[in-house]
Amino acid sequence: MKLNGAQILVDCLKSEGVKHIFGYPGGAVLHIYDALNVCTVIDHILVRHEQGAVHAADGYARTSGKCGVALVTSGPGLTNAVTGIATAFTDSIPMVVVSGQVPSPVIGSDAFQEVDAVGITRSCVKHNFLVKNADDIAEIVKKAFYIATTGRPGPVLIDITKDATIAEIEYEGYPQTIKMRSYQPEVQVDAEQIKKAIAIIEKAKKPIIYSGGGSVIGNASKALTTLTHNTGFPITQTLMGLGAFPATDKQSLGMLGMHGTYESNMAMHDSDCIIAVGARFDDRITGNLEKFCPYAKIIHIDIDPSTIGKVVGVDVSIIGQVNDVLQALIQSLDTKKLENIDSWWKQINDWRSVDSMAYRTKQGVIKPQTVIEALYEVTKGEAIVTSDVGQHQMWAAQYYPFDKPRRWINSGGLGTMGFGLPAAMGAKLADPDRDVACVTGDGSIQMMLQELSTMLQYHTPVKIININNGYLGMVRQWQEFFYDKRYSMSYMDALPDFVKLAESYGHIGIKVEKESDLKPALIEAFKQKDRTVFIDILTDPTENVFPMIPSGAGHHEMLLAGRDEMASTNDSGLNLV
Amino acid sequence: MRHIISVMLENESGALSRVSGLFSARGFNIESLTVAATNDPTLSRMTIVSVGDDNIIEQIVKQLEKLIDVVKVVDLTATEHVERELLLVKIDVNPKTQADIDRQIDQFSGKIVDVSEDTYLVEVAGQSKKINEFLDSLDESRVLEVSRTGVTGVCQRREG
Ligand SMILES: Cc1ncc(C[n+]2csc(CCOP(=O)(O)OP(=O)(O)O)c2C)c(N)n1
Ligand SMILES: [Mg+2]
Repeated sequence: MKLNGAQILVDCLKSEGVKHIFGYPGGAVLHIYDALNVCTVIDHILVRHEQGAVHAADGYARTSGKCGVALVTSGPGLTNAVTGIATAFTDSIPMVVVSGQVPSPVIGSDAFQEVDAVGITRSCVKHNFLVKNADDIAEIVKKAFYIATTGRPGPVLIDITKDATIAEIEYEGYPQTIKMRSYQPEVQVDAEQIKKAIAIIEKAKKPIIYSGGGSVIGNASKALTTLTHNTGFPITQTLMGLGAFPATDKQSLGMLGMHGTYESNMAMHDSDCIIAVGARFDDRITGNLEKFCPYAKIIHIDIDPSTIGKVVGVDVSIIGQVNDVLQALIQSLDTKKLENIDSWWKQINDWRSVDSMAYRTKQGVIKPQTVIEALYEVTKGEAIVTSDVGQHQMWAAQYYPFDKPRRWINSGGLGTMGFGLPAAMGAKLADPDRDVACVTGDGSIQMMLQELSTMLQYHTPVKIININNGYLGMVRQWQEFFYDKRYSMSYMDALPDFVKLAESYGHIGIKVEKESDLKPALIEAFKQKDRTVFIDILTDPTENVFPMIPSGAGHHEMLLAGRDEMASTNDSGLNLV
Repeated sequence: MRHIISVMLENESGALSRVSGLFSARGFNIESLTVAATNDPTLSRMTIVSVGDDNIIEQIVKQLEKLIDVVKVVDLTATEHVERELLLVKIDVNPKTQADIDRQIDQFSGKIVDVSEDTYLVEVAGQSKKINEFLDSLDESRVLEVSRTGVTGVCQRREG
């Protein structure tokens, strides 16, 4: 069959089972848009900014577990997409981004809308391709999806020159399988390593499971839950891992790290055996490395060998799909051989009784924590919650206990303000029957505001919970703590009237200024099943996120609300972000 | 410690910049890097000399292995191997110094590949150490131009 490159590309995407593409047209991709226009099985979502397209594809991927797909034009289209690509890369999200490129004969001539897409994205993709021939399209698309979705997932960019989309060739169909000598993601779990791990686990008197985003991405929630229940061990989860193990289970200690619970961080510090599952010892988790887990033997489970020993030396590493490794552990573990850990639990419960998540309410102001608790109540804990980046993100993670994976969607690794709204749109398209809430802040929401328009066009009703503290709150908090209250550029004057703004985009806007109005407003908003509702909630402008490990400190040096109102850091801490 | 890392990678445009980009993005150092096609035209061999402690070298190897275009990575330093580097050096010669320089070239098994009225172009091959020693042995003010290829190497076992 004779087809042009654009038609071949669309057929390939169809054959991959792609149902949604988020994109934005331009000169270099006009042929592709022409081919998409007659394709009935793929819905194209026309965003308002390419960064929004990539975040939406990302939210879609995180929610569904499928590969997200975005399509952008050359030059500025591609550069606008880069933040989204880097966001997905840092959090290991499977994604294929197709970008247009100037015609191959003019590559390198500074042609109109030419940028070196492969060069610009090299360090923030799992892999990228430049396609200059229609003949290569099918095989490269196959490779791109294979690479993006296997091993440690990540975004793959396919940069296609315009002439390759125009050329007509004989198309032999989409390849069924692909083999690459340089990329073999399948790994067999090493039984020897399992044995070594079990030997450590059997001797542990103060064990803890530390689970990260790999447990969510690797669909290992069930196995993780079984292992945790079988062993009776306490479990703590990272910002990226929330939901893989149910937060309301009594073995859950909550989140760990910079804004984790006291019990999680203290247990990590005192532990003699840490089982790290799909986690990468990020600096937000470890705090000061010199003070990190001084007594523990560490077992590290990960699909990516390069995460092993990258930050922290470990005693036993087990490379493989987290799910496979956990299954192997479950099977090999004789729970009768485990140490009695009653006294460990007693210690943990003492830490728990500190109640590090307690916060003081104040007459006449709405506490942001109260907002998240109300959101949890109104949605019965069943919503998908996306978030932006800042204090509100931490409060959402802290006060909305997630019991299932893929319900908490946030840019944990790159910390990209602007992620929340387009990600919510992608999440809603992936799971249309579920309530989707976007917890955002007055700063973050203004970074991707234009996607409100897309959300009207494509009927993706989400509830926007704007924690409006009138500040770039997280920046203000650091300036209060570490820069002697010198508030440099963390206050944003002249915020828009968010209610009118929502209305002008065709959505519903509600402003909440009194705590007594909070829950009724949320209930009303979630009743509006087919409308996007923007709930602008004026919260305590000076509230801080606690507990906190100030940078440079160790897990056991946490600051607690009420006890340590003011934090400070040391010189090495100031060097950190 | 100095390590010689041998990388077999797909002979594709962009593969070299993936490797060099990895080194700069992650702050790994490169002392030298050589690359050329092998007997299999679809494969290139890259030889990288880097300095770092064991942890850093381990990360370098793992990060290289993670690159999609990379087929195989071997830390040659950890095995029996042969390393060679080629030096081309242009030396100022005059009747007074010639005898000395001839002797030095001889001593390092160098070869004079071009001669002009008052210069020699000399080729020396061997381990980097030997090349350093040869250069050190020359009177610095007589060295006009130096070009070194960087190290290339192979492991001695039949199966590399
Ligand atoms: C794109 C981007 N720019 C800058 C930052 C740095 N930053 C982190 S949190 C924050 C403030 C966010 O303000 P807001 O959205 O109002 O959230 P709040 O902390 O007030 O809840 C900033 C500027 C970032 N994370 N992302
Ligand atoms: Mg704010």
